[in-house]
Amino acid sequence: MDQLIVQTLHGLVTGMVLAMVASGLTLIFGIMDVVNFAHGDLMMLGAFTGATVLGVTGSFWLALLAAAIAIAVLGVLLQITTLRPLIGRDPLTTILATFGISLVIQKYALWQWGPSVRRITEPVPGHFTLFHLEYPWYRVATALLAGVIIAALWLFLKYGKYGIWIRATTQDRVMAQAMGIPVPLVHTAVFAIGSAMAAASGVLFGPFAGVTQTMGFDFTLRAFIVVVVGGMGNLGGSILASIFVSLVEAYAAIVVSPAQAVIVSFVVLVLTMLFRPTGLFVPTPK
Amino acid sequence: MLTLRDVHAHYGKSHVLHGVSIEIRAGEVVGLLGRNGVGKTTTLKAVMGLVRRTGGQIVFDGQDLAAVPTHQLAALGIAWVPEERRIFRLLTVLENLRTGLDRPGLAPARREELLERVFARFPILRERRHQAGGTLSGGEQQMLAIARAMVLEPKIILLDEPTEGLMPRMVSQIREIVHALHRDGVAILLVEQNVPLTLEAADRVYIMEKGVVRHHGQAADLRANPAAIHEYLGV
Repeated sequence: MDQLIVQTLHGLVTGMVLAMVASGLTLIFGIMDVVNFAHGDLMMLGAFTGATVLGVTGSFWLALLAAAIAIAVLGVLLQITTLRPLIGRDPLTTILATFGISLVIQKYALWQWGPSVRRITEPVPGHFTLFHLEYPWYRVATALLAGVIIAALWLFLKYGKYGIWIRATTQDRVMAQAMGIPVPLVHTAVFAIGSAMAAASGVLFGPFAGVTQTMGFDFTLRAFIVVVVGGMGNLGGSILASIFVSLVEAYAAIVVSPAQAVIVSFVVLVLTMLFRPTGLFVPTPK
Repeated sequence: MLTLRDVHAHYGKSHVLHGVSIEIRAGEVVGLLGRNGVGKTTTLKAVMGLVRRTGGQIVFDGQDLAAVPTHQLAALGIAWVPEERRIFRLLTVLENLRTGLDRPGLAPARREELLERVFARFPILRERRHQAGGTLSGGEQQMLAIARAMVLEPKIILLDEPTEGLMPRMVSQIREIVHALHRDGVAILLVEQNVPLTLEAADRVYIMEKGVVRHHGQAADLRANPAAIHEYLGV
């Protein structure tokens, strides 16, 4: 029983970080039909940027902000130079392009920061005792902060003027243009938002397991699973799927080893593709 | 105001417009008739920059539209009501209208006025303003599509088959709207299958066949000459 509660907490915390990564990915896919294979690498780059800023300034929150802004700017440059010319082309083209970007970023990180793990110290110290376990407060704070950021994104999309532009463009790019919405600019802005969220999640996740140049790929993979399970391009679905998949993995870790538990999420992915290819958390199309 | 000169267009490799020439003057209602698949909708899409133009010229208020991206046409004064209506289905009625109202440089008072005007014209949209666009009936969606174009304060509306699939009561409502827009001085390029409605609403009419304009004249003359209508349209 106590293990169940610990794993629930654990699943929720990782689920919230994953939801932050996945919501950027799903937003970008929804609006541009671009499957961004470099998304996790932007997260990794954000984490390294954060670690560097933290090393210089000593402020975690400043590092978080700086990483988000720096990677958003990088996202803007990437979108304009690489993806904008490819919009509307075969999805394979953008997959290859973003895969290329992913490799470039990984090799750059290896060259710049080397293969060793960089630590980001927790800004919120202290632990609390949960049954037999010392659980860091920082992880709970991370989950809450991720929740706040996702909620802010949702409110912006729902009520903001530019949020409506984003939703309109997602639904019908051509009609949005006819209504005078500057669609190319909206695309770039969404890519910047997604990149900033990836970078912020990288910094937030940094203290969990350290920053390495391969952490991005792992997150790209997991984010893809939840984006597919949640219904491609569906923001709410991706967030629910992040929490769902993370909880399932956490519970599975009670029975099997954590490494084996990862397999469970692939099983969820395969079953979703087989039985609900439109996604688990989307109403059945009428 | 809007002039198409010898416009050619391609869908992929198929050549769909073979030199279309049409002119619409300010405040004029012009009908574009023709059987299915002769290129009427494509002509409108060519103006909107949505098909590959491979020849000719489209000029609006003296400006060549070749280099103008689609999203800048609304600001010039061109609005499009597509055949499939293309309501933003997951956006509410109000949000659908906001896609046209949230443009930079529109004063808040003017914005309110425009919204009030379309709500006065289409009271049902005011009632449904918080409902998702996709839940509206076909007729209501058509009204929303027209209202959405109206809030752009266009000089010309490209109106593609507005009465298609609508009940007779809705058709007469659309007819009234076309008249009202005409009175307000908005030019309309009206693509229709409904010949009587077009001949009644339009000042002049173009008839297309296989990607070119075959006939053009005053609507009144065509009304008096059923033989010509039969020859080109088979009705």
